[in-house]
Amino acid sequence: MDALGNLLLGFSVALAPINLFWCLVGVVLGTVVGVLPGLGPAATIAMLLPLTLKMDHTTAIITLAGIFYGARYGGSTTSILLNMPGESSSVATCLDGYQMARNGRAGAALGISAIASFIAGTVGVLGLMLISPPLARFALRFAPPEYFALMVLGLAMVVFLAGDSMVKALLALLVGLWLATIGTDLFTAESRFTFGQAKLLGGVDFIAATVGIFAVGEVLVNLESRAAGEVFKLPRGFRNLLPTWQDLKDCRFAFVNGSLIGFFVGALPGAGATVASFLSYGLEKAVSRHPEKFGTGVIEGVAAPEGANNADAGGALVPLLTLGIPGGNTTAILLGGLILWGYKPGPLLIQEHPELFWGLVASMYVGNVLLLVLNLPLVPLFAQILRLPSYVLHPFILGISVVGVYSVNNSLFDVWMMALFGLLGYLMRKLDFPAAALILGLVLGDVLERALRQSLMMSQGDLAILINRPISATLLTIAAVLLCLPGIRWVRAWRLDAVEREG
Amino acid sequence: MLPGVRDKTGLVAASCLAVFGAYVTYAGSQLSYVADVGPGPGFFPFWIGTGLLLFSCYQIVLCWSARRHPNGPTQPNWHGSRRALAGWLAMALSIFLYRWTGFTASFVLLTWFFIVVLADRPAFPALAIGIALALAFQLLFVAALGVSLPAGPWGF
Repeated sequence: MDALGNLLLGFSVALAPINLFWCLVGVVLGTVVGVLPGLGPAATIAMLLPLTLKMDHTTAIITLAGIFYGARYGGSTTSILLNMPGESSSVATCLDGYQMARNGRAGAALGISAIASFIAGTVGVLGLMLISPPLARFALRFAPPEYFALMVLGLAMVVFLAGDSMVKALLALLVGLWLATIGTDLFTAESRFTFGQAKLLGGVDFIAATVGIFAVGEVLVNLESRAAGEVFKLPRGFRNLLPTWQDLKDCRFAFVNGSLIGFFVGALPGAGATVASFLSYGLEKAVSRHPEKFGTGVIEGVAAPEGANNADAGGALVPLLTLGIPGGNTTAILLGGLILWGYKPGPLLIQEHPELFWGLVASMYVGNVLLLVLNLPLVPLFAQILRLPSYVLHPFILGISVVGVYSVNNSLFDVWMMALFGLLGYLMRKLDFPAAALILGLVLGDVLERALRQSLMMSQGDLAILINRPISATLLTIAAVLLCLPGIRWVRAWRLDAVEREG
Repeated sequence: MLPGVRDKTGLVAASCLAVFGAYVTYAGSQLSYVADVGPGPGFFPFWIGTGLLLFSCYQIVLCWSARRHPNGPTQPNWHGSRRALAGWLAMALSIFLYRWTGFTASFVLLTWFFIVVLADRPAFPALAIGIALALAFQLLFVAALGVSLPAGPWGF
């Protein structure tokens, strides 16, 4: 009953004309950036974040979240028509989606992708609505030691799932933590690592750093290549975009599989939509009666990963809104946005700002309906965006980035910081250092340090306070186990290698 | 140059991070480690620097030992980097020019560079695209949203 009342409150917020308008703007913009390879939701949200500072905060989060989950819808278009995923989470969709397009079934692939996205996206929001409030109530028991342990756990999971090299992820994370120490120390008012620059006393500007690393870094990587792929033509007519009744019947398990895997994997910090979509695709193949046909253009091979990467969006918002832990790039930027708007993301957020949380939840229901209605008839139009030349797009992105960063403080210093972070983001991509780890270190570093120092003040310097309390001890143990897992895997691989060599 | 090392770029990156880690540790040790109210401002940076130093040294070891593994790390492809760095330098130059030319004129020049030099397209249409984009920025951000942008001597 309580949830129903809150949901009604949420709908009263989400259906206000201004919020409805910005929800539409967010999901359309999200679909567009999802369609465009090389421009992701993280970069877009980072670029637009400064422009939301003057907006009503609930409207702003509705818009930015619309970009976040709208991009998941758009990501499939390039995967199916171009064999080039618009988003990393749509890589699994390429496997069967592109083959379907080659077999002349591009319309059905795009149609089932939109339907699976709608079903799974709605399930994801339902999960967010049901799980978040009890989780937040549990987290109300947290004091500084528990917060410290929680931050360590969040960081440990991100590092563990960051990519091929755990050492590189740890190094990126430490650089992010160091960046968070720049500025005036809140406890003693002493300045740290400011290099004589008064503008650094307030710390590294989060927007300059994220826009630089994601938007400018992405443009620089894309500048390397001039190649453009060939786009498959879409069949004419709305009816040709609709899957057949048999297609829908074949996908019934894929809808459930994608929805559940997507939501639960999304709720794990660090796992991300890419992992969810591959897991869902793998499970679909494992339980299929014809696994050998996967990769040749099977419709379930499109429905499962597309469902998973949409349900992931709802799951990813659970730790963000209840614990203040972002699970990836985009949610890290959303966390930064919430902090910039003056909120304290954590267990009290739902209680203190019900209109923000429930307005967002209700807007996601509305947004999913809008996306379904828009995506089926407008897919040919969105596909046209792929014909936009990159040499126009790149300076445009750089221009938006400069405008966004400069408009926050009217400071050219921030623009220079953005340029430097852009170069850093480019080098990180080239050297395979995960940028998400650096951004998370930057976002969580301040909270982590504050929680650790408050804990040590509580215990008069005794580190045992972190392991004497049951919740923090449990969280730290899980973090330690996660950090040890790659080591165990490495030892096992080394032993197998040694046995093979002896054999 | 470095015989036996497979991941040379990784080695250079890890060495730079090791030097940086040493600096952070040193700078952290110059700040007070313990304050009157618990850990001081040097506490966190000191351990971050130490972590950076240790992990980057481990990464250096990994780069040296990578040659033993046939599936070890591959070198990043730097062929397109010249274009990327040219783009970055052009952006940096355009930011530098803001003080004198303002955002609009500088952005037209940046767009022109991207289209003519990096994409090898005709100069005149490039100028037209640059002016159109700059005009769109002025209309959308300055006129409609009231955002201020770096202005030149002519007021925009």
